[in-house]
Amino acid sequence: MTLAATAGQLASGATTTAAGAHGFLSPTGVEIAFLLVGLVTFGAALVTVTTRQLVHAALWLVVTLGGLAVEYLLLTAEFIAWVQVLIYVGSVVVLLLFGLMLTRAPIGRSPDADSGNRWAALAVAVAAAAALVWVVVDAFRTTWIDLDGPAAGSTRVTGQSLFQNWVLPFEALSVLLLAALVGAIVLSRKATADAATAATGVKEATTATDVTEATEVTDSAEGRGGAADQADKGGVR
Amino acid sequence: MNDALDVTLRLLIVFVVFLALPLIVGQTEHKVMAHMQGRLGPMYAGGFHGWAQLVADGVKFAQKEDVVPTGADRRIFQLAPAVALLPYLLVLLAIPIAPGEGAVGQAIDAGVFFVLAVMGVGVLGSLMAGWASANKFSLLGGLRTAAQLLAYELPMLLAAASVAMAAGTVSLPGILDAFEWWWLPWQIVGAIVFFVAGLAELQRPPFDMPVADSEIIFGAYTEYTGLRFALFLLAEYAGIVVLCGLTTVLFLGGWHGPWGADGLGWVWTLLKTAVLAFVVIWLRVTYPRLREDQLQKLSWTLLVPLSLAQIALTGIVKVVIQ
Repeated sequence: MTLAATAGQLASGATTTAAGAHGFLSPTGVEIAFLLVGLVTFGAALVTVTTRQLVHAALWLVVTLGGLAVEYLLLTAEFIAWVQVLIYVGSVVVLLLFGLMLTRAPIGRSPDADSGNRWAALAVAVAAAAALVWVVVDAFRTTWIDLDGPAAGSTRVTGQSLFQNWVLPFEALSVLLLAALVGAIVLSRKATADAATAATGVKEATTATDVTEATEVTDSAEGRGGAADQADKGGVR
Repeated sequence: MNDALDVTLRLLIVFVVFLALPLIVGQTEHKVMAHMQGRLGPMYAGGFHGWAQLVADGVKFAQKEDVVPTGADRRIFQLAPAVALLPYLLVLLAIPIAPGEGAVGQAIDAGVFFVLAVMGVGVLGSLMAGWASANKFSLLGGLRTAAQLLAYELPMLLAAASVAMAAGTVSLPGILDAFEWWWLPWQIVGAIVFFVAGLAELQRPPFDMPVADSEIIFGAYTEYTGLRFALFLLAEYAGIVVLCGLTTVLFLGGWHGPWGADGLGWVWTLLKTAVLAFVVIWLRVTYPRLREDQLQKLSWTLLVPLSLAQIALTGIVKVVIQ
């Protein structure tokens, strides 16, 4: 959530500088749209972290991530925008909602959806946002995207720069993801073994928790298969 | 001004198609299912072989009271049908039916990614409905929907990636421009994986565990009545149109056909889509529902390995023919 908030701030920061170079008095429609979408994204991010209703937070996260995709589109990075929707909105949030529904997501306010650490979290978020905005503004102060020229973020251009200039970081990231997947498999195996013993332990007590735990066991078993297959995919890629 | 007119016209056509084709598929389903089961199906509404049955259904749905359960999360409950339906409208914009600029709502550079990404968003509607209904059957339906989506999104993506590799582009018209007839046997495994995974994503039989009526009433849609329920149903049939159209475009060569190259491309696209839609209906009548564990097993142990093998095959052939 911090990241999303940060990116929202970051986006509006970048616009201001870019507009500064070309004059504030004649903003184009795209710039105005960019700023407005940035505001909406930022607002949605704020609601995500402040709402007391867990599922609402996940759904506001959808708005935030969707807003970021629109910002990418406005920056002509079409490929990145669709991948953002595909992975974050389509998969990560669905996984998040799945987890919320499996555990406990009451309708209405969750009393434990608040943390005593919120001021520390705010400080960290503001510091991270300031650092990121400063770095990005400093790095791209003079960069200007020509919207009328050839698309700078089309799939072809992105693919070429990724596999010609940035192959090594790309492969390093793949290995990092692979390591994370293997780690997840190891953790889930351990958790499954623990949960299995726990489940047999409470088998006598015919309560609803029994059923829940059994579901979770089967579920993590399925999840394990999934993680293994995704590891395959990472390996192939 | 001309641009605005062009855009409006395109949007209008796509919207009409979006409203008409799902109804036609729905009516065909009524009749085909009936004849496969030795019945006649709807015969009265509209006079000729009950052609207006779905129009009458629509009128009925519109007259029903729109009930929101007391314990439900009102706003999310009411928003869910729109979230389920709109993505299919957006996807329809990107599907080309004939060669040239004029035959696609909007040519999108990363078309394959666009359609798969937006189709994935539609499932959020079912999840929202399942959670916000405050009903345990709905919640179970929502959970099953999410589990099913997570399992079947990957093989679908991999199968689509195989075609993109073969064509060397991720734009849908671009893929069709590069199409040759021998792609059909070359990509047949990918085509089957894509179609099956798509059926599972739409929760159509035999993958209708999330709405299994004998166990959980109607899954995430249990509490819905009237127009909102009709919107969910419309989303299902729009999903069939979109899935069949996408399979046609990606794997069956879209507007390419053995005869009638010029001007008749759109007929081929529609014909292939219609045949696939018939297969979807046929499967509903002939196959029993898969159990939840069989469903997960089919995806992870069969479809994902098959799609990976298809990608490997595509890569090898691609390197050899260059």
